[in-house]
Amino acid sequence: MTPSKDHISSAFDRDLEGIQARIMKMGGLVEQAILDAAQALETRDQELADQVRANDKVIDELEELLNEEAARVIALRAPTAIDLRVILSVMRMSANLERIGDLAKNLAKRNAVLMSMPAISGSTVQLKRMSRDVQLMLKDALDSYIQRDEALARDVIERDVDIDQMYNTLFREFLTFMLEDPRNITPCMHLHFIAKNVERMGDHVTSIAEQVVFLVTGEKPGEPRQKEDLTSTDVDLSSASNREA
Amino acid sequence: MTDVKIKAKDVQVYYGDNHAIKDVSVEIENNTVTAFIGPSGCGKSTFLRCLNRMNDTIDICRVEGTILIDGDDIYDKRVDPVQLRAKVGMVFQKPNPFPKSIYDNIAYGPRIHGMARNKAELDEIVERALRRGAIWDEVKDRLNAPGTGLSGGQQQRLCIARAVATEPEVLLMDEPCSALDPIATAQVEELIDELRQNYAVVIVTHSMQQAARVSQKTAFFHLGNLVEYDDTSKIFTNPEDSRTESYITGRIG
Repeated sequence: MTPSKDHISSAFDRDLEGIQARIMKMGGLVEQAILDAAQALETRDQELADQVRANDKVIDELEELLNEEAARVIALRAPTAIDLRVILSVMRMSANLERIGDLAKNLAKRNAVLMSMPAISGSTVQLKRMSRDVQLMLKDALDSYIQRDEALARDVIERDVDIDQMYNTLFREFLTFMLEDPRNITPCMHLHFIAKNVERMGDHVTSIAEQVVFLVTGEKPGEPRQKEDLTSTDVDLSSASNREA
Repeated sequence: MTDVKIKAKDVQVYYGDNHAIKDVSVEIENNTVTAFIGPSGCGKSTFLRCLNRMNDTIDICRVEGTILIDGDDIYDKRVDPVQLRAKVGMVFQKPNPFPKSIYDNIAYGPRIHGMARNKAELDEIVERALRRGAIWDEVKDRLNAPGTGLSGGQQQRLCIARAVATEPEVLLMDEPCSALDPIATAQVEELIDELRQNYAVVIVTHSMQQAARVSQKTAFFHLGNLVEYDDTSKIFTNPEDSRTESYITGRIG
């Protein structure tokens, strides 16, 4: 039940609108950071990678600002029900966005190291596709937030399974490359961290979508979502080297 | 297991032609603070006043439906409203001590209800009530001073002590803190929470934050209807009805 009418106190409405506009701005910057980091990786573009690292400061500042504003609204307006959920969800979402920004920055950091090594064929294209999918999930999660669209948010949550599966595939591929030639080990280790980071981004996007469900319904999304990242639990998968050796 | 103290069923109240309370059914639990909230004129005070038949004093007021306390119909012809009001105490918006000494303010009710056989017993009742009103330490050395000479917050706690002196089972409070400063309000709220151990407390308040702070159950009234009645934590975090949500979040009701 979302009351459609405005608050009697229009200043309260302006506060809430300002906070939501700011989280959208933060979301837009994080989307761009994901895309740019993946693009830099594929095209070996150090300038773009540096830009991603520099922009992360802006994202961090926005998070700080949002936390301050949320604290101010709580102190001055004592929000309840839907208003309280807006504030709580903004605080959690900004933390998730900040983490995604950090992960994108980590991608950009590894760019310089990778540029000094031979390319691993095809891997950066796949990483870019995976990053693109995560960015689209984030875009939909943010849209679902603004439109208070529970169905779209739940759709985002389900799509994280695909990201996990892409990660599993890359994990296997990197193992294979490393087995083929020990000189591949260093770049593949870096690429594996990158794949893992993008997979973590997907988890943070999922958490944002879960906040949307909480915002709209007042309840956490019901059943625990499926975890498809099997690399840390599946013995067969992790011991691929044994099988193939 | 909930212990229902007051059970109201299909209550209607009319002031002449004005239908002020419409089909209100509610079960108020013992040892619980129940808050009635809603915009002015929504019927919350009217309904509160039905619970000890204060509306009897208004000629044009008509009450229909049944209100049971411990299973007994309080509108039964055999019920003496004065006895009922000893059992269902009330505290009002403005502190209204009698123009008498602090001692006599408290002793008045127990005297007319013949609760004390001698002075010693009466002294005991007065002390117990003042202690329950959390004001004993402040007035014990000046029990013969006039009640009207106390500060606003003290006067209100004196009135609460007076209401509990007759050993009521239910305590009705109509905006008990609206004339008090924040410190006195906090003291009265603390007191309300203590009183809950012994009574069913029903409080009408315009301060939603107060309702959220002191009550375990909240009832939201709107245009004479009981819109929603649930656990206070539920009402203030995720109410079912959009009218409740509009009201508690400060949107137009």
